[in-house]
Amino acid sequence: MRILISAILLTILVLGLAFALVEIPFGANQINSSLKPGRHYLENGVDETGAANVVTSVVVTYRGFDTLGEVTILFIAAIGLGAVLYTRGKRLPEVKPQPASLILQTGCRFLFPLILVFGTYIFIHGHLSPGGGFQGGVIVASAFLLVYLGCAEKKIARTGLAATESFAGLVFVIVGLAGLAIGGSFLMNFLPQGTVNTLFSAGVIPVIYAAIGFKVGSELAGIVGDLLEKSQ
Amino acid sequence: MNLLFNNTYYLACIGLIAIGLYVMLVKKNLIKVIIGLSLFETGINLLLIVIGYIRHGTAPIFSRPGLTAENMVDPTPQALVLTAIVIGVAVLALALSLAVRLNEHYGTLNLRKIRDLKW
Repeated sequence: MRILISAILLTILVLGLAFALVEIPFGANQINSSLKPGRHYLENGVDETGAANVVTSVVVTYRGFDTLGEVTILFIAAIGLGAVLYTRGKRLPEVKPQPASLILQTGCRFLFPLILVFGTYIFIHGHLSPGGGFQGGVIVASAFLLVYLGCAEKKIARTGLAATESFAGLVFVIVGLAGLAIGGSFLMNFLPQGTVNTLFSAGVIPVIYAAIGFKVGSELAGIVGDLLEKSQ
Repeated sequence: MNLLFNNTYYLACIGLIAIGLYVMLVKKNLIKVIIGLSLFETGINLLLIVIGYIRHGTAPIFSRPGLTAENMVDPTPQALVLTAIVIGVAVLALALSLAVRLNEHYGTLNLRKIRDLKW
C-alpha cells in the first residue's frame, strides 16, 4: 500500500518534471532577450558593482537583502539545534570517546592554521574568483571539525565563537544601514569601486563577504560542536 | 536515442530527485530518510543549475580580458542555488538534531516503531 502510494507520487513528479522540461531545451541560450534579469546582470554587473564575479554581485548587491535573510535562517537553525539538543531528556549511557590516532592528532595541529588561511583566502577573493563568504566559511568550519575529531582534549571557546558570529552579523547590518544613510537604499554600495579585478575593488562587497565568512564559519563550527559534544 | 543523449543532465537530475523522494517515502530508518532529503535537495539544486546552462558557455566571471557577456551562463540560478544550499545545510542540521532527540526519547530510529509518526 505504502509502496503503491509512493510509486504513484513518484510517477506524477517525474512526468510533471519531464513535461515542464520539454519546453526548455538543454543548453539553449535563453537569456538573449534583454528582458531577462540574467542578461542585465551579465552586461551591466561589472560597471554597476565593480565585482568581476557576477554571481557574487548578484548575491551581495542585487539580492543582498535575500542574503541577509538567508544568514538569518542559518542563525535560527543553529539556535533551534541548540534548543532541541540541550533541553532535558532521558539520558543515554555515557560513551567514553576513543582517543584519535597519532596521524589524526599530529595532522590536526599541523593542518588547522593552513585550512584557516585557505578559507580566509576563499572568502576575501569572493568578488574576483569562484568562492565567497559561504564557501570560505564552510572551509573554516571544516578546520574546527578537524580539531574536534583529532584533538578532542582541546576545548574550543564557545563564547568566542558566539561573539565572532554576533559581531559579523552586526557588521553586515551596519554596512547595510550605512548604505541607507549615505546612498539612500539598504545595502547601497557606497565605497569607491576601484579597478576591476584587483583585491581592493567592488566597494562594500568584500567587507560583506568577509563578515558572512566569519559568521558562517563560527556558526557551522558551533553546529558541529553541538552535535559532537552531544554524541560523546 | 538522440533525445536521451541530448538530455543526459536532465535525466540524471530527475533520477536524483526520484531516488531522494523514494527513499524519503519508503525507508524506515530516520537517518536514511534524512539522507533521502539531502539527495532530493541535491537533485533540485543540480536541476536549477542545468537549466541555466548555455552550450559552450563559461562561468560568469570576468577574470581575464577577452571574455564577453554573450558566452556566459545565466548567473541568476547560480546565485539562487547558493542560497538554497546554505538553507539546505541548516535544514539538515536541524533534522539531525531532531533525530538525536527522537532516539533519546524512544530508544529507536525505526519510524514504524515510533508511534506518533505513523502515517
